Amino acid sequence: MQSRRKFLAGAATVGAIGLAPALSGCASTTRSAAGKGKVVIVGAGYGGSTAAKYIRDWSGNAIEVTVVDPGDAFISCPVSNLVIAGAKSMQDITTSYDALRTRHGVKWVKSMVESIDPAAHTVKLANGDTLKYDKLVVSPGIDLMFDTVKGLKAANEAGKLLISMKAGPETVALRQQIESMPDGGVFALSVPKAPFRCPPGPYERATLVAAYFKKHKPKSKVIIFDANDKVQSKEPLFKKAWAEMYAGMVEYVPDRNVVGVNAQTMEVEFEVDNPVKADVLNVIPQQRAGVIAQQTGLANMNGRWCAVDYKTFESSVHKDIHVLGDSIQISPLMPKSGHMANQHAKVAAAAIVSMLYDQPVNNHPVVMNTCYSMVSFDKAIHVATVHQYNEKEKTYLTVPGSGGISAGLSDVESHYAEAWATNIWRDSLS
Amino acid sequence: MLRKLLLTTSLLCATGAVQAADLVTPSQALAATCFNCHGPHGVSTAAIPSLAGRTSASIVETMAEYKTGKRTGTIMPQIAKGYTDEQIALIATYFSQQKQ
Repeated sequence: MQSRRKFLAGAATVGAIGLAPALSGCASTTRSAAGKGKVVIVGAGYGGSTAAKYIRDWSGNAIEVTVVDPGDAFISCPVSNLVIAGAKSMQDITTSYDALRTRHGVKWVKSMVESIDPAAHTVKLANGDTLKYDKLVVSPGIDLMFDTVKGLKAANEAGKLLISMKAGPETVALRQQIESMPDGGVFALSVPKAPFRCPPGPYERATLVAAYFKKHKPKSKVIIFDANDKVQSKEPLFKKAWAEMYAGMVEYVPDRNVVGVNAQTMEVEFEVDNPVKADVLNVIPQQRAGVIAQQTGLANMNGRWCAVDYKTFESSVHKDIHVLGDSIQISPLMPKSGHMANQHAKVAAAAIVSMLYDQPVNNHPVVMNTCYSMVSFDKAIHVATVHQYNEKEKTYLTVPGSGGISAGLSDVESHYAEAWATNIWRDSLS
Repeated sequence: MLRKLLLTTSLLCATGAVQAADLVTPSQALAATCFNCHGPHGVSTAAIPSLAGRTSASIVETMAEYKTGKRTGTIMPQIAKGYTDEQIALIATYFSQQKQ
């Protein structure tokens, strides 16, 4: 671990040298306020939005930032399980991108990136335009590996079987399926082998659907088929909730990998065990880095995730391309979460600003994760970790003795969960 | 015309000065890890407390109490143990300089 002296010395250097290029800029009348380079950001989720805001803020708006995203507004995956359970609306989890555009001067292109040319430093858009960049931020989220579950793609395309690991129309559709399910029916959800987006997400969803059933369809059941040997996050707390609040309603089956689905019979199929029929099936397949990251050759870890330099989040494959969020190869115990993507984005934003100003980057970044899960409409649980960059290991390591989970199922933490959402949306988008 | 050009130049210089002041410091970078829950610049608009405008000493003391267990809490005792005392001092300085 780096000494404090060296860390602070680094700080002094950034402060002192930081003045030089900006002041020398005043000597020339030709330098524009946007003369510090152009950054293009692919994807405006938790990672991309936060990066856009902080690159603008921390460069005193001197760096030009253009975001490319096909969405009309930001829709949060965190909290979307409450929409599925009927306790929140889509409007509650939707935030406008307007503040990034108007308050922070982020340029916006509502389109998709078709291809990236790392050598030429250009991106080609679906609308036909080509953008040039000095630094590119790729924050595309996840791509679902449909080919790992036979029949899933066709069933999903037909709208019969929803996945809803990206909040949006599928969130609404899954809510409708659960709402129209008869009392006494079965909701079956499957969890893929880790790593996957939002480790507690599937378990929270199953629990909140049970909360809805308890109130409105008390004869119904929830079955969780987990490809892993145990619950992947907050295990004792989810198990406590199932035992104490939803006894006889939630069934948890570990080591049960879904390999196929039959949309005709509404059955999930396993490697060995007999198929199981359900009224609503929510099969979550394995995942990998978003399509554009795959296409650009950034996903160099098992062909699935993108290795990065954790000090800057610059790709280990292509120079000047920084990858954030769920697409990256994670460090030990680092979850794929929206909170973490926001934290990646701040480290990357600081590094990108420093690099474009020819300054040394921060040698000792810190990221942390806080994740609340609702286990009913008024109780929540959390998991928290702090990850310090370790120079020797060139990765983030959690601090021994730090972090942890809630002491129990908590009323007060449900208010903190709500406050977390309010504040992180403000932090990333306002 | 010359007057207009000079005015433009001085505006650009003003922008340049802002740029330099705004380059991210370790204090800012560390404090930014708290913004997700405590709000941007430590200004919260929800049930989680604001940190902006609190004295540096009170933040340092509170975090020390979370670390030692003198002060109880749901999540902060776990998070406080993840930061060094030097980092907490930098974070505290940042928030003490922010407007509530």
